[in-house]
Amino acid sequence: MSKILIIAEHDSQTLNASTAKTLTCAAAIGGEIDVAVFADSVDAVAAEAAALDGVAKVLTVTTSDNGFRLAAALAPKLVAMAEGYSHVLAPSTTFGKDLLPRVAALLGVAQVSDVMAVLGSHEFQRPIYAGNAIVNVTVPADQVMAGTVRTASFAAAGTGGSASIEAAGSAEAPSHTRYVKLEASGGERPDLQSAPRVVSGGRALGSEENFDIIYQLADAMGAGVGASRAAVDAGYVPNDMQVGQTGKIIAPDLYVAIGISGAIQHLTGIKDAGTIVAINKDAEAPIFEVADIGLVGDLFNIIPELTQKLG
Amino acid sequence: NSKHYPIMKILVGLKRVIDYNVRVQVKPDGTGVVTDGVKMSINPFDEIALEEALRLREAGVAEEVIVVSIGPGAAQQQLRTGLAMGADRAILVEADEEVQPLTAARVLLALVEKEQPGLVMLGKQAIDDDCSQTGQMLAALWDRPQATFASEVVVADGVATVTREVDAGLETIQVDLPALITVDLRLNEPRFVKLPDIMKAKKKPLDEMPLADLGVASGNFVNTGTFAPPAQRERGIMVEDVDGLMSALKDKGLV
Ligand SMILES: Cc1cc2nc3c(=O)[nH]c(=O)nc-3n(C[C@H](O)[C@H](O)[C@H](O)COP(=O)(O)OP(=O)(O)OC[C@H]3O[C@@H](n4cnc5c(N)ncnc54)[C@H](O)[C@@H]3O)c2cc1C
Ligand SMILES: Nc1ncnc2c1ncn2[C@@H]1O[C@H](COP(=O)(O)O)[C@@H](O)[C@H]1O
Repeated sequence: MSKILIIAEHDSQTLNASTAKTLTCAAAIGGEIDVAVFADSVDAVAAEAAALDGVAKVLTVTTSDNGFRLAAALAPKLVAMAEGYSHVLAPSTTFGKDLLPRVAALLGVAQVSDVMAVLGSHEFQRPIYAGNAIVNVTVPADQVMAGTVRTASFAAAGTGGSASIEAAGSAEAPSHTRYVKLEASGGERPDLQSAPRVVSGGRALGSEENFDIIYQLADAMGAGVGASRAAVDAGYVPNDMQVGQTGKIIAPDLYVAIGISGAIQHLTGIKDAGTIVAINKDAEAPIFEVADIGLVGDLFNIIPELTQKLG
Repeated sequence: NSKHYPIMKILVGLKRVIDYNVRVQVKPDGTGVVTDGVKMSINPFDEIALEEALRLREAGVAEEVIVVSIGPGAAQQQLRTGLAMGADRAILVEADEEVQPLTAARVLLALVEKEQPGLVMLGKQAIDDDCSQTGQMLAALWDRPQATFASEVVVADGVATVTREVDAGLETIQVDLPALITVDLRLNEPRFVKLPDIMKAKKKPLDEMPLADLGVASGNFVNTGTFAPPAQRERGIMVEDVDGLMSALKDKGLV
């Protein structure tokens, strides 16, 4: 039977929604599932993890000086903890992508990145070439399977569980790596990665000031806000709003793409959205090939009118 | 700070991949993707890693930039492009089959031990396998710090201060050299290669060695089975105006 260790992700206060999605992937593999929480102060996050459905045990590891953010601090401890586990999983977020390969290499095993479907305990599906191909991969059953989970492919596990919480020691950052700061731009709006509705703007917005109409529409809809890479590169919005192959992969119920052409790298990030709405002045824009509802026209006329009618 | 830091070498990984403008297609028999007659290029992230390394050399922080590719003989083209951009020399580690990240990391480690660079700069991901693993694996095997997804790199007094693009925003960490850095798209804009540089690049050294010479076993750990095209989304309906959009959204219960 499989025994799975999930590395929890959090912002030091609350568990990130990606952890509950990783848990759903683990449940599809089947077996006993434990969650490792690394934090400077573990209690609140550990309690949240223990309440997730299907968790057997929460193992807490204490860090200091934001060490829980540093792969170099966590990896050696995880290697020791991996003993006895058949699988070690992390979400395919920047946190998991940074950390898990460091763990896998120390274990001497390969890693399966972006697991999107579980075909067996050691057989998975994952996307390659920006999602232009889906490949089945098999890893040896006599080694630890290290994998990151494409969270857009799995629903979040529910709550109601009451796993035991056990202290599992501490982890120190090596002196060669030091955390300095995090500039978080996130504000009051729903989190892009878990929001049921997302409104995104592209290069067509033309300036940071003009991007305001996207925020206004999002607020009228209670939506999170995203952007294309072109909009981020041009400085209209911060980097953490980028949706796509090299930004965030999201799966909201409703995605509204405004002034975004629909480059393959952008579409990779929204493939699993429920309904895609596209607003673009070019009727030939590739975004219309994947949109469920398309509207051709000038966003500077359409968006204020839509915002007003929704308000 | 009176400690003296020797001027360093920088090792840059250049992977040969299908050009990012190509719409990649799965072969009908599911054995792979179509590569015949398809344009191959340097992985876009790796070009950015090279550009950053060149700027560090131009700023006097580094003295030599070495580009490395692990792959088929044809990866010489990508290395020559790297030399034309300004790298000082190139190493081609020949491998006939697909090179997975753990193998690439082991090869890079062998080269690191030989060349003793102060920095290794790689892309944050290769756009073919989309793994995003090699740099972190190398840092682990090397037992050195990693700074991944860099959007700003400042090197002074043996320390790299790196701004990282993370899901929550921009994180800054400091790592002591030698260190591994993987780069994100917004770090810089790579320079264009000029014709005279292409001529000059032909005279720069390009060493070739088979993978086995580095004492690294080839062979893959992840067994790749069948390839399939992704599920296609259907083109939906077009509406005429905002009212049409509102009623289409209402029909779906979305407003
Ligand atoms: C390795 C790599 C990774 C990448 N990763 C990502 C990624 O993660 N995410 C991402 O988004 N991109 C990514 N890209 C970039 C991608 O290829 C595109 O360049 C980018 O998505 C284009 O952004 P855009 O659609 O906003 O801009 P454009 O392609 O310039 O499109 C602007 C659109 O706005 C429309 N428009 C203009 N004015 C108006 C108006 N007044 N009203 C209505 N419509 C208007 C135009 O018709 C056009 O369709 C990546 C590229 C590479 C090479
Ligand atoms: N075969 C290779 N040759 C040279 N560099 C490589 C190779 N494979 C991976 N890399 C480097 O590692 C980075 C990440 O690759 P990956 O882990 O495959 O996503 C790439 O952007 C390259 O810089």
